[in-house]
Amino acid sequence: MSTIRLPEILQKAKAQILEEWVKQQMSGAGARADLIKDGELRKQSEEFLNNFQRSAQSGETENIQLPAWAPTLELIADLTRQRERMGFSPSETALFIFSLKEPLLAQVRAELKKDPEAAIEESMGISALLDKLGLYTTEIYQASREEVIRRQQEELLELSTPVVKMWDGIVALPLIGTLDSARTSVVMESLLQRIVETGSEIAIIDITGVPTVDTLVAQHLLKTVAAARLMGADCIISGIRPQIAQTMVHLAIDLSAVTTKATMAEALKTALARTGHRVVKDVVLKA
Amino acid sequence: MPTLKSEVQPVVTENDIVYVRQNVRKWAVEMKFSLVDQTKMVTAASELARNLLIYGGGGEVRLEQLQEGSRMGLRVMFVDQGPGIPDIEQALKDGFTSGKGMGLGLGGAKRLVTDFDIKSIVGQGTSITTTKWR
Ligand SMILES: Nc1ncnc2c1ncn2[C@@H]1O[C@H](COP(=O)(O)OP(=O)(O)OP(=O)(O)O)[C@@H](O)[C@H]1O
Ligand SMILES: [Mg+2]
Repeated sequence: MSTIRLPEILQKAKAQILEEWVKQQMSGAGARADLIKDGELRKQSEEFLNNFQRSAQSGETENIQLPAWAPTLELIADLTRQRERMGFSPSETALFIFSLKEPLLAQVRAELKKDPEAAIEESMGISALLDKLGLYTTEIYQASREEVIRRQQEELLELSTPVVKMWDGIVALPLIGTLDSARTSVVMESLLQRIVETGSEIAIIDITGVPTVDTLVAQHLLKTVAAARLMGADCIISGIRPQIAQTMVHLAIDLSAVTTKATMAEALKTALARTGHRVVKDVVLKA
Repeated sequence: MPTLKSEVQPVVTENDIVYVRQNVRKWAVEMKFSLVDQTKMVTAASELARNLLIYGGGGEVRLEQLQEGSRMGLRVMFVDQGPGIPDIEQALKDGFTSGKGMGLGLGGAKRLVTDFDIKSIVGQGTSITTTKWR
């Protein structure tokens, strides 16, 4: 496979190739007139062809990892990320590159009319090169998707730690979901921080929404309770469902040093009482 | 004793422990275990999967649905090729830990299931089989 003639062909017929390519893109399988304006498409195509030509002039068209291809790859990466934001699918984006094949190879055939063998050689070389560049767009897609997922996971870590002020001196921390150890530390840190910030006397940790309480979760809970105590706050653990209570007994987890309540309501009642409040119900006298 | 269904899950990261718990719960629900028994199986699996990851350096969890006469069993096996446990009796004791845990997981898991079988060879690995019947 060779691409000896590629720079020369690009030099000679760039305008025509661009024309054909843009036409191809506007009518072909990857066409998305709804997402991108014709003018923009033409501008991008021209920019790509210019970079492509410069990189091809290096004569290194087998390995796109070489420095000569860096500007082209960078442009592809930019275009791909831009198109992803605009709503193009990965294959539509790859087609941007692949659709260059036909107009380019047409020029090769015209140029090497008298030497069919060389034309085949050249075509195969160019084809392989464009395949690599096209596949590069999917790599970029993949990487940016992974980045999105990673960001969402981090956001979830942050989102999942609501610390609710219940009353003067009383905060509540409803724990919801799986407490893998990464999240548990975040939750506990955030609770301790809020206790300090609010100067709370009592923190209610509600575990109604935690499906499994094993020794690791218990250890985190107990550590948090101990740390809170050092900062002058008492913890109440609420929402221990019957099946969880039974399981904790089998695990020999000792919660005797902690106040536990079946429900958040009971925990709040206890917390209010301890901070010197009383909840009374109005008595309505019947006539 | 016929095995009706089986599945193997690798455990190499912290997230895999979450998947093990989810899977054991799914199987226990499908097999119509009571809520208390579901919770016990899931919690035991959580303990043993974490031990397998932390001390055994990762391994495999195998789930099996068994039938013996009219009773059904959920079997969960934990197999690692880690350092093994030199003194099983000591490891099972409440409060013994060689790490930073509370030393309650192994003994606790044993109390949470019906059958508990542990084999461990130093330098070769640990294999623990737990079964609960209904
Ligand atoms: N798969 C294993 N391979 C090697 N050693 C193990 C394995 N499982 C348990 N052990 C050993 O047995 C000890 C006791 O285990 P156990 O689960 O009871 O406590 P822990 O994991 O240290 O703490 P906890 O489970 O309470 O968080 C461990 O500290 C470890 O030394
Ligand atoms: Mg353990």
